[in-house]
Amino acid sequence: MNNDKPLGQALREQGVSRRGFLKFCAATASMMALPPSMVPAIAKALESARRPSVIWLSFQECTGCTESLTRSHAPTLEGLIFDNISLDYHHTLQAASGEAAEAAREAAMEENKGKYLLVVDGSIPLGNPGYSTIAGISNLEMLKEVAEHAAAIIAVGTCAAYGGLPHAKPNPTGAVSVTDIIKDKPIVNVPGCPPIPVVITGVLAHFLTFGKLPELDHLARPLAFYGNNIHDRCYRRPFYDKGLFANTFDDEGAKKGWCLFKLGCKGPVTYNACATTKWNDGTSFPIEAGHGCLGCSEPNFWDMGGFYNALSESTMDLGRTAAVGIAAGAVAGAASGLLNRRKKSQAVAAHETVTVNDLQREEKS
Amino acid sequence: MNPIDSSLKVEIGGYHSGNVPPLLHEIRHALRNLLDNGETTTIDLRGLPMAPGEQQQLLEILGKGEVSAHLDALGRSEIIESSYAGVWLIIHYNSNNEVMGKFIEITRMPAILEAQTADMEESLATLQMRLEEI
Repeated sequence: MNNDKPLGQALREQGVSRRGFLKFCAATASMMALPPSMVPAIAKALESARRPSVIWLSFQECTGCTESLTRSHAPTLEGLIFDNISLDYHHTLQAASGEAAEAAREAAMEENKGKYLLVVDGSIPLGNPGYSTIAGISNLEMLKEVAEHAAAIIAVGTCAAYGGLPHAKPNPTGAVSVTDIIKDKPIVNVPGCPPIPVVITGVLAHFLTFGKLPELDHLARPLAFYGNNIHDRCYRRPFYDKGLFANTFDDEGAKKGWCLFKLGCKGPVTYNACATTKWNDGTSFPIEAGHGCLGCSEPNFWDMGGFYNALSESTMDLGRTAAVGIAAGAVAGAASGLLNRRKKSQAVAAHETVTVNDLQREEKS
Repeated sequence: MNPIDSSLKVEIGGYHSGNVPPLLHEIRHALRNLLDNGETTTIDLRGLPMAPGEQQQLLEILGKGEVSAHLDALGRSEIIESSYAGVWLIIHYNSNNEVMGKFIEITRMPAILEAQTADMEESLATLQMRLEEI
């Protein structure tokens, strides 16, 4: 892969006019959540930027993050991947397979030693190495090998950033995040299940533009996208301030578009760009579609309590409660457990919400 | 669909982020600044939370003015002057006709409409070659 030509020259040779380039830069600034006044600076930086080699490793994941990226629209994925980065290894997207694919990875590592960007999606199992392998190489071994000479690492998706769903209790594979293993490289977390596509490409574009990773928060997430919580940027926020809530998904409040806090919305504790960037070409986001935020860009979101429990109800280690609940269920004939499960089913049938207190009672019984 | 199609009415109902009036004030301030100091302003519409229908409401209020232009570079772009002189709506699409960016520019003329030096230099060389062939 030839990475020698500056991007500006490569685009001009492809017949892209200066106007087209400026348009590209305006879209890139918007994508990176930078003010439009930064466009000339971005244009200047991109003009001389050289394409970085990217190695993408997929471990314990569902391919949702790659699906998200391949639907990225700004700029087009084709433009991003083929014009701006040199994607030298991605075992889902690349044509090569088996030994040829691994040879491509090794060649990219050798040719771009110390300069390539490593993108990881999926968590890494520390239990039996056989839980997840690529070409017979364990995820842990491959991560360490590729990370050693990477310039920086981007952990894409909640699984790579925090362990994600594989890490959910009882974590059968011993899943951990990239930062749990690699300690000596700059790492940026791009969490979300999946992350917003433009956030993934925005981080790549930032690296391309500035030659470094963007400014990060305490969880190593780019501040440009994770600097505000969903709640503060939500168009339903005025209803929260006025105390107007939907109590069920089909009541008058729901129909009027009132705040979904009582229905378990995790917007107040979730930092992401969904409320402004939105999904599907800027069409909508979960709250706009009438469902609360699940908090998928936060650590352990799966174990943060019920998706439909209000945040004000979460006052204990709900993961532990759930695990005990499962254990209780395994003891066949435990009358109290059966009683509580029946009560839970009845509550669901009657559209009643199951609260943390209900779960606490179940744990004690 | 025309981005400023006033025939399309959207029922906003109880959904309001309340961001349309402040945005209009921001545009008013920017227009004042353009007149007084010659400074241009660009507002990225993707940076603001908008309830369903509110962006349409904003565009309806801005209306359509005397000038509209289309650009064909890395996909289509629409550059439309609103009914308020100096306030422009710019929408960039990619080659799949998906929106890449949506901006309001407060300027005498959006910079992207001006012929660019690099393009003019290349055009000059091309024209020169063409003349030598004749």
